Amino acid sequence: MNDHGYPHEPTGVDTRKLGMWVFLSTEILFFGTLITTYLIFKGRSFDGIRLEEVYDIPFTSVSSFVLLMSSLTMVLAHNAIEKFDQERTNIWLLATALLGAVFLAGQIYEFTEFYHKGFTLTENIYGSTFYVLTGFHGAHVFIGVVLLIILWGVGQRQKGLSLDGGMNLEFIALYWHFVDIVWIVLFTVVYLI
Amino acid sequence: MNENIQKKKFLTVFKRPSSTEGVWSWITTVDHKRIGIMYGYAAFFFLLFGGLEALLLRIQLAKPDNDFLSAAEYNAMFTMHGTTMVFLVIMPISAAFFNYLLPLQIGARDVAFPRLNALSYWLWIFGGLFLYSTFIFGSAGAPQGGYLAEEIGWLGNAPNGGWFGYQPNAAFKYSPGTAMDYWALGLQILGISSLVSAFNFITTILNMRAKGMRLMRMPVFTWMTFAVAFLLAFSLPIIAIALFFVTFDRQFGTTFFLTEGGGDPVLWQHLFWLFGHPEVYILILPAFGIVSEILPTFSRKPLFGYAAIVFAGFGIAFIGFGVWAHHMFASAISPVAQAGFGISTMVIAVPTGVKIFNWLGTIWGGKISLKTPMLFALGFIAMFVIGGLSGVTHSVVPADTQQTDTYYIVAHFHYVLFGGAMFGIFAGLYYWFPKVWGKMYNETLGKLHFWLMMIGFNLTFGPMHWLGLKGQIRRTWVYAEETNLGFWNLVVTIGAFVIAISIIIFMINWIYSKRKGPDAPMDPWDARTIEWTIPSPTPVWNFSTPPEIESLDDFWHKKYDEDDEGRAVRKEAADQLLVDLEIDGLNPKEHIELPNPSYFPFILASGLPFLGYAIIYKSLALAGLGLLLLLIGGFGWALEPLEEEEIGESLDE
Repeated sequence: MNDHGYPHEPTGVDTRKLGMWVFLSTEILFFGTLITTYLIFKGRSFDGIRLEEVYDIPFTSVSSFVLLMSSLTMVLAHNAIEKFDQERTNIWLLATALLGAVFLAGQIYEFTEFYHKGFTLTENIYGSTFYVLTGFHGAHVFIGVVLLIILWGVGQRQKGLSLDGGMNLEFIALYWHFVDIVWIVLFTVVYLI
Repeated sequence: MNENIQKKKFLTVFKRPSSTEGVWSWITTVDHKRIGIMYGYAAFFFLLFGGLEALLLRIQLAKPDNDFLSAAEYNAMFTMHGTTMVFLVIMPISAAFFNYLLPLQIGARDVAFPRLNALSYWLWIFGGLFLYSTFIFGSAGAPQGGYLAEEIGWLGNAPNGGWFGYQPNAAFKYSPGTAMDYWALGLQILGISSLVSAFNFITTILNMRAKGMRLMRMPVFTWMTFAVAFLLAFSLPIIAIALFFVTFDRQFGTTFFLTEGGGDPVLWQHLFWLFGHPEVYILILPAFGIVSEILPTFSRKPLFGYAAIVFAGFGIAFIGFGVWAHHMFASAISPVAQAGFGISTMVIAVPTGVKIFNWLGTIWGGKISLKTPMLFALGFIAMFVIGGLSGVTHSVVPADTQQTDTYYIVAHFHYVLFGGAMFGIFAGLYYWFPKVWGKMYNETLGKLHFWLMMIGFNLTFGPMHWLGLKGQIRRTWVYAEETNLGFWNLVVTIGAFVIAISIIIFMINWIYSKRKGPDAPMDPWDARTIEWTIPSPTPVWNFSTPPEIESLDDFWHKKYDEDDEGRAVRKEAADQLLVDLEIDGLNPKEHIELPNPSYFPFILASGLPFLGYAIIYKSLALAGLGLLLLLIGGFGWALEPLEEEEIGESLDE
């Protein structure tokens, strides 16, 4: 970009990356509000089925592990693009997207199971908060998978990906890691505590 | 190079918009100045709606036992008045100032993300239109098990649960029909708009400053913008989630805020005011910033205690997150919480008081010139102090319990939001009028506007103090003859019409001066900040050469020296400096590339109202249409470069 003597980035951080960080900081408030609501309602008494009666911790642990592994493949993709290795970048991007999709499939399966066992959105306030909280996270993973697939599609083109210009790999990686970290918190708060 | 530009045409689906005049140039613009102007006009348009709603309320209350409006219509009018004035008037007019001035004050060519900026604007417009479409499509039905005395006219088919949407009153059981859904989803869209602009402004201030524009050299208005952007970024997610819950409660049968399902109505109050109180500072801090620019200029003295005013602003923003429950002293919260929030409410008066004394110190001993912006700024201080003092009385919990839901509260928040925020905004509108339009406004009409508004304002909201203390209840469409409240209510109504007349004078002045006013010089006020170093009206490229900043109030120090006693002495070269700056500003030495216009922010934003309608009417077709628009907008945006030439260059490689 021709800046005509305009100084670039007094903070030393890429402008778009800075914007991404600010965005992620507000995401903390989104999830913070949801988690707080969940914790407030968790301590209250109510009728109907509770999550503890229907969940399957080993299953969710495996899907959590899958999501965490996707952070690893994301790092490998970032590593590869820094070495200008387009082929490996594409492989790791696709792997990340697939792992994310596996996690989503697990969540859909889990939700279906819960519904069959009677733990529904409107069963009680516990169900409402559970579905809105984990569903909100699921929506984030879904958006992440779509972004990764787009990125992979761009990488398939002749010119390949570069580290500058547009919503590049690094920003999507930031987003993806953030969504993973949120899941670690959610898994602990919702399933383990 | 030209061949490459030809080549890249194959890459884009749509032809890039290129017009610089006409409707399309405004719809596709990404220029922060044009976006600011559009924010201003659209917000003023909504101000007229919000004002009309207020006048209807006041006609109804002009005499006891009046039947001008029905109860249902009255509920709809005060809800829409509050929602409009907060989300569709003061916030966007502040956004107009941010947009127009922020890049100019920090010496930048545009904001960090010009297309996101356009997206914020269009999201806001579509959110506002969506909210107001309730008058056409919405309905406010009779509550289950309740009574409805009369038919609801079209005026009543608007959200009617108050701008705070208290639960369970705003839940489906007590507010059936679709009106409150329009409210919840409309605010959701408006919230996304403000969030996007918050990212943009924070990033802009951190990363787009000109050479030498260190943080502690930034104008106070820029600092206040920065504080507001943080407040937006950290408070809007809370209300977004709370509105999410409301929509789930109303549409999908959950019971987040309904006791019968184990939910908690007080949780809504906490979430709403945890957003709502920072929101109060989102509304007032821009006016603080504007006034902090105007007072030094018209007193011909530097701002007294620059650092104190900056830190006080951030102190207010920070403590503003810790006082929310003073809106809830009449709700079920524990005595400990009441005491704690009472104390924090007293504490937040301290940084606010610091600012007041800074402003007084600024005008103290200054050579005061009582032009219209200065009159409004002084009016702002006086009115805001009255509102601030009645605000401190709310921190005394037993007293507040008495005042809750009376007109005393209405008086308080109108003194801070109208006497404070709106007076500050009018001060700013007059102050920067020459910079935006290149014309001078009419001083006589401006002063007439000020005095009429000052008188009308105090007639309207002053008597509300004692009306409230006598026990007149808010949000109630009638009062009985025997209460003897009729006289002062009539005075209040007359005051409201005086305000309306003053607004008409403002409009006449604006329209007339913009066309026929005398040409404005570059620096009509002998001002201090660098937006006055460029020609009036601002050229499309802002600064023809990037400015370099050497001190706080840089422009002033380039015009003035100090003598031995510290008095300002105009430099001999100052007049020549102004002439040179004007010539330079109009004639850039090289071709300046600006971000190209784009259709996609508009297309992307237009998708959200359809998603809103889809949720209300459970329509897959509308949802599909909304998603399609989002996809077209998103993909087009992602594949389109910010500046057209860039692709040409990168194809070379």
